[in-house]
Amino acid sequence: MEALQLFLDNFADWDSAVKVWPLLWQGLQLTALLSVVTLPIAVVVGLLIAVLYSFHKKPLNVALLIWIDLFRSFPVLVLLILIFYGLPFLGLKLPSFAACVLAIVLNNSGYYGEIFRAGIESLPPGQREAARALGLHPLQIIFLVILPQAIQRVLAPLASNSLELVKTTSIASLVALPELLRSARVAQEQTYNPTPLTVAAVLFFVLLWPFARWVAKLERDMLMRQR
Amino acid sequence: MGPLADNFFNRQIFAQYGPSILGGFWITVEVALLTIVVGIATGLALAVVRAMRIRAADIAITIFVDIFRTLPQLVVVVFIYFGLPYADIQLSPFAATVVALGAVLAAFATEIFWSAIQAVPTGQWDAARSLGLGFFMILFRVILPQAIRIAVPLLTNRAIAITKGTALGTAVSLPELLGRAESAMAIAANPSPLTLAAALYLLFFLPLVIASRWLEGLGPRRH
Repeated sequence: MEALQLFLDNFADWDSAVKVWPLLWQGLQLTALLSVVTLPIAVVVGLLIAVLYSFHKKPLNVALLIWIDLFRSFPVLVLLILIFYGLPFLGLKLPSFAACVLAIVLNNSGYYGEIFRAGIESLPPGQREAARALGLHPLQIIFLVILPQAIQRVLAPLASNSLELVKTTSIASLVALPELLRSARVAQEQTYNPTPLTVAAVLFFVLLWPFARWVAKLERDMLMRQR
Repeated sequence: MGPLADNFFNRQIFAQYGPSILGGFWITVEVALLTIVVGIATGLALAVVRAMRIRAADIAITIFVDIFRTLPQLVVVVFIYFGLPYADIQLSPFAATVVALGAVLAAFATEIFWSAIQAVPTGQWDAARSLGLGFFMILFRVILPQAIRIAVPLLTNRAIAITKGTALGTAVSLPELLGRAESAMAIAANPSPLTLAAALYLLFFLPLVIASRWLEGLGPRRH
């Protein structure tokens, strides 16, 4: 019982939590802002890569595949450090927020690009041929015929990757951007106990858990359809 | 030399800091391999326990899976290294990184293996039972070989994604590849060590990414 009390005093101390709440609340808002800015840009860039790929021009496709695999291979933190600490040596100094957006977008352009590409390529060629026979413009074919079906097929990895993107924003803490995790670490220096970390973890969990459950369900459904 | 070559491909700095960075590369490889072994073995074990349908174990495993699947990896790494010492659990940066990434991979692997076990048609269970096989015989000799085949593409992608998290070890001062490159960059006042580190990350992960693309191609096609 005493051990439990000691544990709670350290990890879930109410007074500490109240004291650092304003700091964590600001951090949470920055995490949300970073996610809301980064996610749509990454999706659009990924979509652009996949649409360009779907025209099947040989040299372009080789370049696109290299782009995808290159950015899927770098840990996103390595990209962030290169952008934030490396580029200033070339006279290009980005603020930490912009550096985070750029790093996460580049990394995820590879992931989203591959997901959309796989979705488009999985469609039977008859879809495209039929649309062409109806006299549709190539852009109409891709946006009105191909993409709606392709997205439906890759909904599970799309949702999964989007959740991972939001989780990835926490690396911003390593370039001193005061998002939720960074705020918790700063707050920990005021409270001398890990309660701020617990609060941050609980916040992440409560906010992301419904999506994690939904993603798991989508992935399970996908496996069931494959059997 | 132009500013690009001088700052990012400085041969003198490559030579000077190369050995230290290469040492960091081996730590990265060790953490990556240990994470994969710990994560996949734990995930498989937990999926087998789930298949036994013991209520208390089911609840405990679901809580474990949901927590580590939902929290950002860096939050887990930081919590284990900077939080747990208050509960008298002091792990080294190496152990903290492996435990954190291993737990995250284990959570995803449990979910993937368990889904794959359920994806094996129930007729397989019925047929094996009618042959007089026991539960574990059926699970290990009939169901799992099929389930693992279903699980491989998803599992490979997940394992690669989480293994890339080894770079997060820098946050707890693990002297792995990125950490070594960062300190070399600070001392040399030149980012060439980062280029070297980036090249080594590519060397390690690019073949895995290409292999996973190939593995996915082997999976069932849905037309």
